[in-house]
Amino acid sequence: MDDSILLAHGSGGKLSHELVEKKILPFLANPALNKLDDSAIFEASGRLAFTTDSYVVNPIFFPGGDIGKLAVCGTVNDLAMNGARPLYLSLSAIIEEGFLLSELEQIVQSIKKAAEEAEVSIIAGDTKVVNRGQADKLFLTTSGVGIIPPGVDISGANAKAGDKVMLSGTIGDHGIAVMSQREGLRFSMTLESDCAPLNKLVSQMLEVSSRIHCLRDPTRGGLATTLNELARQSKAGIVVEEAEIPVKEEVKAACELLGLDPIYVANEGKLVAIVDPADADKILARMRQNSYGRDAAIIGEVTSEHPRKVVMKTKLGPSRIVDMLSGELLPRIC
Amino acid sequence: MEFCGGHTHAILRYGIRQLVPKTVEMRSGPGCPVCVTATADLDKAIALAHLPDVIITTFGDMIRVPGSYSSLQQAKAEGADVRIVYSTIDAVEIAKASPEKSVIFIGIGFETTAPTIAASILKAQKEKIENFHVLSLNKLTPPVMKVLLDSGEVKLDGIVCPGHVSVIIGSHPYEFIPRDYGVACVISGFEPLDILLCIDKLVEQSEKGEPKVEIAYPRGVKPEGNRKARQLMENVFEIGEANWRGIGIVPQSGLKVRGKYERFDADKAFSVSPKPPREPKGCRCGDIIRGAAMPLECKLFRKVCTPESPVGPCMVSSEGACAAYYQYGATENLQAF
Repeated sequence: MDDSILLAHGSGGKLSHELVEKKILPFLANPALNKLDDSAIFEASGRLAFTTDSYVVNPIFFPGGDIGKLAVCGTVNDLAMNGARPLYLSLSAIIEEGFLLSELEQIVQSIKKAAEEAEVSIIAGDTKVVNRGQADKLFLTTSGVGIIPPGVDISGANAKAGDKVMLSGTIGDHGIAVMSQREGLRFSMTLESDCAPLNKLVSQMLEVSSRIHCLRDPTRGGLATTLNELARQSKAGIVVEEAEIPVKEEVKAACELLGLDPIYVANEGKLVAIVDPADADKILARMRQNSYGRDAAIIGEVTSEHPRKVVMKTKLGPSRIVDMLSGELLPRIC
Repeated sequence: MEFCGGHTHAILRYGIRQLVPKTVEMRSGPGCPVCVTATADLDKAIALAHLPDVIITTFGDMIRVPGSYSSLQQAKAEGADVRIVYSTIDAVEIAKASPEKSVIFIGIGFETTAPTIAASILKAQKEKIENFHVLSLNKLTPPVMKVLLDSGEVKLDGIVCPGHVSVIIGSHPYEFIPRDYGVACVISGFEPLDILLCIDKLVEQSEKGEPKVEIAYPRGVKPEGNRKARQLMENVFEIGEANWRGIGIVPQSGLKVRGKYERFDADKAFSVSPKPPREPKGCRCGDIIRGAAMPLECKLFRKVCTPESPVGPCMVSSEGACAAYYQYGATENLQAF
C-alpha cells in the first residue's frame, strides 16, 4: 500500500477494503464491527440517549490530543452530559486525497485509546475520499448511543434558583493549546488540550447525588456561552464569581497577550454542573477525587433575579453581564 | 478619554466604570485600527480583491467590516481570494508559495503593527519575493490626538494613553498634550489594576492642576520606547496624510511606503477606481470614534446594528467601542433587565 490516501481508497473497491481491513479494523475490532454488515446490531433496553457531532479541527494534531481523540471524547461527553452511560459510537471519515497513511494510522490509534478509556465500542463506520482541496486533510463524524440509568433526569432546563453552579476544572486549555499551534504563536509553554472523556466523572458524581440538575460541556463558545445556554433553557439567572473560576497561569498570560477572555475559549474536557445546594459539597469532594475533576470548584449559583441572564462579579467587585460569544475569537490587532 | 479600543473593552469587561466616582466620565477614542479605516480605503481593498490573480491578506476583523457596497467577506463569497493572517510574515509566506499570484496585505493599525509590516517588506526584499505588496493604511497616534484636542468637540481632562503603541513610541511624543493643552496623560496597561492606577493618576494630575505625561505601565513602556522598531518603521515608511473615518484627511498622520520600496507598494503596483464611497445611513461610528457620542446614543445600536449583523466597524471589531458596549455595557443598569 502506498504512503498516502488515493482517490481509489474511497472507490468502494479493493483499495477501500484494504484500507478498512488493514488500517482501521485491527485497531477498533469488536464483534459487532467485525461482521462488516451494512448495519451493526446490538441489544439495549431502557431510556436511550443518541447524539452526533462532526470534527473539522485545524491542526488535526495539537498538544494533548488530535482529531481522533476529540471525535471520541466529544460524542462521549455529549452523551454523558445527559447522564447517559455511553455504549456505542459510529465513526465516519472524510479524507482528503494525499493524506498520509501514517497520520491516519496515528489517528486511528488515538481513537482506539480514547474509546478504551471511555469504555465504548465503535460498531459502525464509513470512509470517503475526496479530491485534494475538497476537504482539509481529515473530517470525522461520530454518533453515539448511551443508556440513561433509571431515576436520572438531567437537562439544561432543570436549573432552579438556589442551585450551585460547579465547574470541573481550569478553562481555556484546549482553545489556547490549539491556537498556539494554529496561529504560529510560538509560546514557550507546555500547555496541553484538556480533551478527555468525562463519562466516568459523571457516573461518579451520580453515585453520590441524584440531585444533579444540569450538566454541559463548555466546548466552542466557552464557559460564557454554556452558562448562557443553561440560563436561557432554565429561564433562570446565573451569577458567577470571576475569582472562583480556575484558569491556568499560561492560559491567563496567553489571553492577556492576545486580548481574549478565557470564558469564551473552548474546552474539551470540562463540564459545568448545576446541582442542588444541599449536595454541592459532596459532589465537589467526589469530583476532586477524579483526575479530570481535580481542580473542580463551585463558581456561582442560580438566582431568580435577572432570568435568562448571566452576571459575573468581577475580580474588582462590580458585576457585569456575560453574553454569549458572538462571531469568532480573534486575537487583537494592536 | 481612553484612546485605545483595548482599554475600552477592559474598562467595560471589569466593570471599572462602576468603580470610579460618577464625576469621572470615560470616553472611548479613535484607537481601533479597523474602525478608523476610512470607507474609501476599505472600498479600495475590496476593489483590489476583485482583480484577477490577486490574494488579499489581512487581519481578521477587517474582512467583516461593511464597505460602501460590499465587504471583503462578501467579495470572498463571490470568489475573491481573501485570507485572514495573524502575522504579516504569514502574508509573505503565502506570496512565496503562490508566485503566480499577487499577494496584497491590507496594512492597518497604529505604531504597534507598523514595525511588523515594515519587517515583512524587508523580508520580501531580502528574499526577492516580488509578488508581495502592502496597501499601507497605517496611522499614527499623536497627530490624531492633536486634531481631537484642536477641535475642542469633547472637553477632555485626561487621556489614558495607549499601552502597546507606547511600547514602540515611548512617552515623549505625548509631551505636547499637557504642555499645549493642559490635559493630563497617563500610559496604561490592559489589566484592570493597570487601568485603575492610570485613572487614579489622571485624577490626581487634574486635581493638582499639574498635567504631565506619566507611565503607569512600566513593565511594558520605557520613556524612549523601542528604538529598533522605530528605525524599522522609518526605514520603510515615510509620513504622509491619512484618511480617518469620522475625522477625515489628517496631514502627517499616516505611513506611506518609501520610494525605495515602491515595488512593494500596492498603491503604485495596482490601479483601481472604486465608486464614490457612501456611509451607512444612521451609523454614528464617526462620532463615536471622536468620542463625541457614546455607543448607546446611536439609534441603530443593538436594534439594527449587532455583532452578527454590523452596520459600522465599531460593532465589528474586537477593539471597537460599540462591540464592547454591546458585550458588556448593559451591566451598568442591571435592574433594567
